[in-house]
Amino acid sequence: MAAKTLTINGQQVTAEEGATVLQVARDAKINIPTLCHLDGMKDVGACRLCIVEVVGTPKLLPACTTVIAEGMEIKTESDRLRKYRKMTLELLFAERNHVCAVCVANGHCELQTLAYEQGVDHVRYDYLFPKWGVDTTHERFGMDHNRCILCSRCVRACVEIEGAATKSIAGRGAKSKIISDLNEPWGEADSCTSCGKCVQSCPTGALFNKGSTVAEMEHDRSHLDYVVTAREKKLWVTHA
Amino acid sequence: MSFLDLDEFLIDLAAQVEVVYSPVVDAKEYPENVDVCLIEGAICNEDHIEMVHKIRARTKIVVSFGDCAVTGNVTAIRNQLGLGNQENVLQRAYVEAAQLNPCIPKLDGIVPPLLERVIPVHEMIHVDHFLTGCPPSAPRIKSFVSQLLEGKAPQLTGTDIKFG
Amino acid sequence: MQLDELKAIAEKKKASAKKVCLRTCLSAGCISSQSDVLHKNLATEVKAAGLENDVEVRRVGCMGFCGQGPLVGVDHKEGKEELFEFVKPDDAKAIVSHLKGGACDVQKGDPQHPFFAKQVKIVRANGGIVDPENIEDYLAIGGYQALHHALTEMNSESIIDTITKSGLRGRGGAGFPSGIKWGTVAKSPGAKKYVVCNGDEGDPGAFMDRSVLESDPHLVLEGMAIAAHAVGADQGFLYVRAEYPLAISRLQIAIKQAKALGLLGSGIFETPFNFNVDIRIGAGAFVCGEETALLASIEGERGMPRPRPPFPAVKGLWGCPTLLNNVETFANISAIINKGADWYASFGTEKSKGTKVFALTGKIKNNGLIEVPMGIPLRQIVEEMGGGAPDGHSVKSVQTGGPSGGCIPAEHLDTPVDYESLGKLGSIMGSGGMVVMDDTTNMVEIAKFYMEFCMDESCGKCIPCRAGTVQMFHLLEKITQRKATKRDLDKLEELCDMVKNTSLCGLGQTAPNPIQSTLRFFRSEYEALLQPDATGAPVGANGTAKAH
Repeated sequence: MAAKTLTINGQQVTAEEGATVLQVARDAKINIPTLCHLDGMKDVGACRLCIVEVVGTPKLLPACTTVIAEGMEIKTESDRLRKYRKMTLELLFAERNHVCAVCVANGHCELQTLAYEQGVDHVRYDYLFPKWGVDTTHERFGMDHNRCILCSRCVRACVEIEGAATKSIAGRGAKSKIISDLNEPWGEADSCTSCGKCVQSCPTGALFNKGSTVAEMEHDRSHLDYVVTAREKKLWVTHA
Repeated sequence: MSFLDLDEFLIDLAAQVEVVYSPVVDAKEYPENVDVCLIEGAICNEDHIEMVHKIRARTKIVVSFGDCAVTGNVTAIRNQLGLGNQENVLQRAYVEAAQLNPCIPKLDGIVPPLLERVIPVHEMIHVDHFLTGCPPSAPRIKSFVSQLLEGKAPQLTGTDIKFG
Repeated sequence: MQLDELKAIAEKKKASAKKVCLRTCLSAGCISSQSDVLHKNLATEVKAAGLENDVEVRRVGCMGFCGQGPLVGVDHKEGKEELFEFVKPDDAKAIVSHLKGGACDVQKGDPQHPFFAKQVKIVRANGGIVDPENIEDYLAIGGYQALHHALTEMNSESIIDTITKSGLRGRGGAGFPSGIKWGTVAKSPGAKKYVVCNGDEGDPGAFMDRSVLESDPHLVLEGMAIAAHAVGADQGFLYVRAEYPLAISRLQIAIKQAKALGLLGSGIFETPFNFNVDIRIGAGAFVCGEETALLASIEGERGMPRPRPPFPAVKGLWGCPTLLNNVETFANISAIINKGADWYASFGTEKSKGTKVFALTGKIKNNGLIEVPMGIPLRQIVEEMGGGAPDGHSVKSVQTGGPSGGCIPAEHLDTPVDYESLGKLGSIMGSGGMVVMDDTTNMVEIAKFYMEFCMDESCGKCIPCRAGTVQMFHLLEKITQRKATKRDLDKLEELCDMVKNTSLCGLGQTAPNPIQSTLRFFRSEYEALLQPDATGAPVGANGTAKAH
C-alpha cells in the first residue's frame, strides 16, 4: 500500500492509501463529531456531522466516506462547519421526542453528548412532537421510536455483524421507521437471533435492554468490536 | 429545589441580590425594572402567556431555567397526543387517575385554560440565556449566577449545558 | 442482420406507403381523452369507406401540442399536411369523409403555428410520425444505421471523441458533459460494465422522457447500444417509473422487435458486439431519479443515495463502471453519429449545444412539448410559441427545473435558455419542466408546494434533507398562515443555506432552490405576510430582531 501525505487543520499526516479522512483524523487525535459512524461497520455518510472542508472542492464532504488523496488539505473546524453541525443536532432534537430527563440512555447518549459538545443549549426550531410508538414485544429488548435518529447503525449491525438482517428501514423522509422483518412486532420477527448487537450499537436510548430505567442503559460496544476484530484480524480479543 | 442545593452560597447570594418575585415571595404583581428573571417551567396555559410577556417587558435579562423552560421536557410530553388534547389531559389527570373527588377543575377567571400545546419559553419571548438540566445542578447554577453577578454574559460550555 | 438487409426492410416499408396517412396520437395524454377509441373508429371508417388501399391509419406517439389533443395528423403523399385538434372518437366519420372531399367541422390546427414552426427537432424528430410499436417504421426513417456505422466504422475512442466534440451535455438536469462521462467509463478498469438509462422522470409538470419513450423507443435503445459499444458494456438497464405503463409496454415491444432482427442481443450486425437491455421498474420514489439511488434500486436495495465519489462511472452497479444517462441524452446519440459532431454543435450556444425538449405547462395558452435550440430566449418560448398567459392575464414567472429549480420573473424573460444563463438566475435547466405562472400566482404558495414535494420525497437518509425540509415546510406554512415574523424568515433562509450545503444528494442540495429563487425575485410577497415580532427581542444593528 502506498502512503499518502495530507494536511488536516494544518497538521501534516501520513496514512495508507484507501484510508478515510475520518480514520486518519482520529489516528492523529483530531476529533471529528460523528453519529452514524460506528467502528467495524460500513460508513453511509448520512448524519452529515463529520462534514469537512477540502481545499479546492466547493462541496463539503463527509469525513467518514471520503478517501484521502495525496496533498489533500482538510479543515475539520470552521465557523461554518460549527454552525451546520449545531443546526443538524437541533433539527434532530426537534424531529422526534427526545426527553433526556426521562430517557434510559440519559448520560450515555451520543446525541446528548454531541449536543453539549457542539454548544447546543436550546433548539430554535419548533418541536414537532410526532406520534411514535414503543415496541416492547421482544422478550429482552425494546425499541422506542420517539428516540430514534434513523442513523441506521442497528440496521448495519444486524446485517453486517450478526448477519441476520432483521432490522431495516421502511417508509421515507421523516416518516422513515426502523422495522423488524416485514414490519412485524419485534417479538414476532423470526429472523431475530436476540443477539442484542442492535441495542449496543444504538447511539441513543431508542433501543434498550428491557427493565432499564432512566439513565441505566449503558452501551457495551466492546462486544461489537470483539466480533469485528475476530472476523477481520482473526484475533479473538477486545480492542484496546 | 435545586436552587436550595446551593447551600452556603445562598447566604453570599442573599447579600448581593434582592428576590422581588418568586413562588416563595409574597408579591402578587411582577414588579418593574427587574434585573434578572429565572423562568422555570414551560408555557402551558393562558396565564403563562400573559406572565412571560410581562416578565419580558419588565426584565433586563431573561433566563430559561431548567429543561422544562428550555425544551418543554416532561411537561411537553402531552403534545405527542396531538393538538386539541387539553380535555383528554385533564380527564386523565383529574378524573381517571383521581382517588378523591374526580372532577375537572373549571372556574372562569380563576383556573387558566390549557394551551393546545406546551411550548418552551423562547418560542414565545426572547430569552437571553439558557440554563439546561433537569434540574440544573447546584454547581451549574452557581457558575451561571456568579458570572451574571460579575456583570458578564454567562458562558457555559461542555457538560454544563447538558440536557437532562 | 447486415446493413443491406436493414436497408431492404426500410425500402420495402417506404415503398408500401399509401396515398394518405392518418396519424393518431396514442401517447398517454391523448389516450386519456379517448384517442385509442378514435384510432379504432378511424380504422373502421376507412374500411367502411373502402379506402384501405389508399389510407394508412397509423398509431403514432406524441405530436407535442398536447393541450390541443387528441391530435390527428393527415399526410398526403403530394406533401400536403393537415392537423386536427380536440378530436373526439365520434369525429372519425367526418375526418374520413373529409378525405373524400366532404365537409368536416372538426377543429383544424395549423401545422405552421409558431408552436411548431420555431421548433428544431432532433430528439423528437420521429415523435408523432413513426408507429412506436412497429420497428419497420423506425427502420424506414434510417433507424439503427447509426448503430451499424458505430459498430463497423468507429471504435470506442472515435465515438467518444464525436460525442465530446458535439458538446452534448447530460439532459437529466445537471448538464455534465457526456463525452467526459463516457470517456471515464471507457477508461475505468473492469471486465464488466453497464449502461443505464434513467427514465425515472419525476418533476411535477415534466413529461419529456415519457413522451420520447412512448413515441420513439428505438431511438433510446439505439443510443444506449452505441454508448455500450463506446464504453465496453454488454448489459443495459432501462429504469422507468411505474407510473409510465405505456412507455414500459412500448419499450418491451421495442426490445423484443430489435432482438428478433438481431439489433439487440448477441453478435449485433454480425459483429462481436453483444448488448442486452432489461427494463427495471421504479416503485414510486422520486429520489430514485438520483443516480446512486437509482443504481441501488436496480440492485434490489432500498432506493437511497450514497455519497459520491466514487461516481457511478467508476463504481456503479454492483461495483462495476456504469454509464448512466438520461432518456433524452441517449435520444440525441444516433443523430450525432449520423450527422456528425459539427452539425450537432451548430445548434445552441457556446457552452450549451444542441436542442432541449421542454414540457411547457401551467398558465399558458399553448401547452405541450417543444424542442428548441439551446440559447433561445425564454420570451420566444413563452410568448411566441406558448402564446402567453390565457384569459387576459400576464405572465409573472416561469419555473424551470422542477423542485430543484427556480422561478424566473417576467423581467428576465429575455434570458437565453442555456445551462449557464439559467444558473445565473438561480434556476437550473433541469430535465425540462417549464411551468408558466400568471399574475394571479402566489409565489410563497409555490415555494411551499415544492417544499412539500421535497419533504414527502426525501428518502430520510441524511438529517439536513429529512428534518430540514420538514422545518422549512413548517416555516413556510407559518408564513402563509400569517403567523411568522422576520425571525422565522431569517431562520428559513439560514436553513436553506444549511440544507443546500450539507445534504447528501442532489435532492436535498437543491430542495431550497424554489425558496431561494422566489425570495430573490419576490421577497416582498413573503414580507407582506410577516407579523410584527412580539417576543421583545432587542433590535439589532441592521434593524432586524436579534435571533437567539
